[in-house]
Amino acid sequence: MAETIARTVTFHVRRFEPGRDREPRWEDHRIEVLPGMTVLDGLWKVKELSAPSLAWRSSCRMGICGSCGMLINGRPRLACNTQISELASDVVAVAPLPNFAIVKDLVPDLAPMFETHRELLPYLVRDDTAEQDDPTREYWQSPHELEQYLQFSYCIKCGCCMAACPTVATDPQYAGPMPLGQAHRYNSDTRDGGFSARRQVLAGGSGPWRCHFAGECSQVCPKGVDPAKAIQLMKRELVLDLLRLRRRKAPAAVAEAPHGTPREGIAAPPARTVTPEA
Amino acid sequence: MRDRTLWTWHIGAGVVILVLLGLHMAIMHLDQSLGIFGTPGAEPVEWESVVARAGSLFFTVTYVLLLGAALYHGFYGLRNILLELNPGPGIRRLVNVGLTVIGLGLFAFGTWAALAAPGAASMAMGG
Repeated sequence: MAETIARTVTFHVRRFEPGRDREPRWEDHRIEVLPGMTVLDGLWKVKELSAPSLAWRSSCRMGICGSCGMLINGRPRLACNTQISELASDVVAVAPLPNFAIVKDLVPDLAPMFETHRELLPYLVRDDTAEQDDPTREYWQSPHELEQYLQFSYCIKCGCCMAACPTVATDPQYAGPMPLGQAHRYNSDTRDGGFSARRQVLAGGSGPWRCHFAGECSQVCPKGVDPAKAIQLMKRELVLDLLRLRRRKAPAAVAEAPHGTPREGIAAPPARTVTPEA
Repeated sequence: MRDRTLWTWHIGAGVVILVLLGLHMAIMHLDQSLGIFGTPGAEPVEWESVVARAGSLFFTVTYVLLLGAALYHGFYGLRNILLELNPGPGIRRLVNVGLTVIGLGLFAFGTWAALAAPGAASMAMGG
């Protein structure tokens, strides 16, 4: 069955190649758009037909990897997760995410964001390294405890929140919504014991105190995460800690072995393929 | 670590301002109905009422508290605005030290005025 051509759309694409271009320039490319095409599909078509050197970052094409964040018609979005039809315009303006240096064309330099992310220890910090290297059972956590951080764990680190944040735009000292949101995600995980270590960074000048609570980060998040809320909750935790009112709990222990009637017919876990270092 | 402490004080100052400005509004605009703080027979803004409040220890403490809270809250906000302009380390230090000195100076002057008010009021009343 022949595919229906819905309409012709102009891709207004910002191009920039450091070392060759003095400043970014705009190019227009007209392509035929089919129903169901995403902006990422459109970019591939532009590259195929008229701009073979056009560069961007993409991978999974299903809104999971977080690679294809870009400024689409003035709003940070995932190109793979944005239907051209939903833009309701004959012009699709595509530019790299603001608030980042440009590597080339639509490729932002996300390295500073990830460096800040790394400084905030985005993983479970615990003392029982032997258990972590060679787990015997899972750490116990109730469904209610899981819900305290679950939505923040949906973050795919695409950088859209950083691009939308007015404070990141003006204040290079500010850690930004993604790293702060992820710090809160681990701080509020009952299996984690890294609050004191993260506090060294969070209580300083780059921490949540710089946030103006504009809420743009939460508005643009393609995964429905609410980093603005995480930052406000983090402020509360840090202030309660300063006032010595924060409840301190030891990280959740390993769950007890199930007791009662043994379950039959459950396959044994596969053998380890990597032996932890002694 | 310091920023967390400064921000916590900022929030605390905001709460103090909220309470004391509420008190101010009650005195200035609700006294007819409440009848708590005014001087009998005089409007809250009239000279007799102002002098009566200036001679009260409660109001002296209130004025100093409100002055301190408002200065801290305002100057902390101004500091944040200036630091978001991303100045170099020298200017940052100048902003921090400068605003602290100006704030403390204004606080000292305002406190002196609040403490001197009862005596001045008494003299003005011929006491």
